[in-house]
Amino acid sequence: MSLSTIIFYLLATLTLVSGFLAVTTKHIFRAAIYLLFSLLFIAGIYFWMHYEFIAAVQIVVYVGGIVVLIIFSIFLTHQSGQNLPKQKLGRTIFSALAALCGFILILVQVYQHQFVGTIERSVEASISNIGSQMLGVSDNGYALPFEVVSMLLLAAMVGCIVIALRTPKEIKEGGL
Amino acid sequence: MQPGLNQILFISTALFFIGVYGFFTRRNLVTILMSVELVLNSVNLNFIAFNKYLWPNRLDGVFFTVFIIAIAAAEAAVAIAIIINLYRNHQSIDVEKAEEMKY
Repeated sequence: MSLSTIIFYLLATLTLVSGFLAVTTKHIFRAAIYLLFSLLFIAGIYFWMHYEFIAAVQIVVYVGGIVVLIIFSIFLTHQSGQNLPKQKLGRTIFSALAALCGFILILVQVYQHQFVGTIERSVEASISNIGSQMLGVSDNGYALPFEVVSMLLLAAMVGCIVIALRTPKEIKEGGL
Repeated sequence: MQPGLNQILFISTALFFIGVYGFFTRRNLVTILMSVELVLNSVNLNFIAFNKYLWPNRLDGVFFTVFIIAIAAAEAAVAIAIIINLYRNHQSIDVEKAEEMKY
């Protein structure tokens, strides 16, 4: 067993364990930290597969952006240190059963299917290749989806500000 | 066992259903959002694995992953704006307490 294999299984185990803890732990703040570690280990798997750009984007956007946003919203909406209320046992059992059945179903499908890949020469996923294809307008270019996503991001940001904005009446009443 | 496509598909399937389990059991909007992030990440892992092991001559999986990450960021920002607005009106972000539109 080579070192690379050991690292892969280590990353995989840590990802799944911290992901599982993120959805089961009672402290909401700990759940956010476990989620952060799960996302970091996924970035590790991207590094292991030699997709350095995606790993960097994962760390910058997810770990540096989304998790920090989630932690902010926890601070804004919870008394810190408060535990989450306990779930009903029946709901936990049936949710676990549903998730397990789906998991087994998908795994059976995956292991029965014979994947056939291409045998052509591989393209290096370097930043220059990704950049020139993403902004390319030729047959394989992704310039249109890029523009669409940038418009979506702008609309989402404006929408966030509008949703979270206080109405003038609320400000006058001195509400939260 | 040498890690390959099947091992990564196993991880992403497990991560997906961990997220689904969290989505079913949690009753707090912030934790539901965390479960959704796990699901989106498992999809990203799938795209990258297929790109690496089946079609290494293309970069399409990379682009889909980048776009999914961008959309996930937008989605998280909108969701948190809604959560903060809900908290302002209800002093709670439990999904079972927000029920004016239920009946």
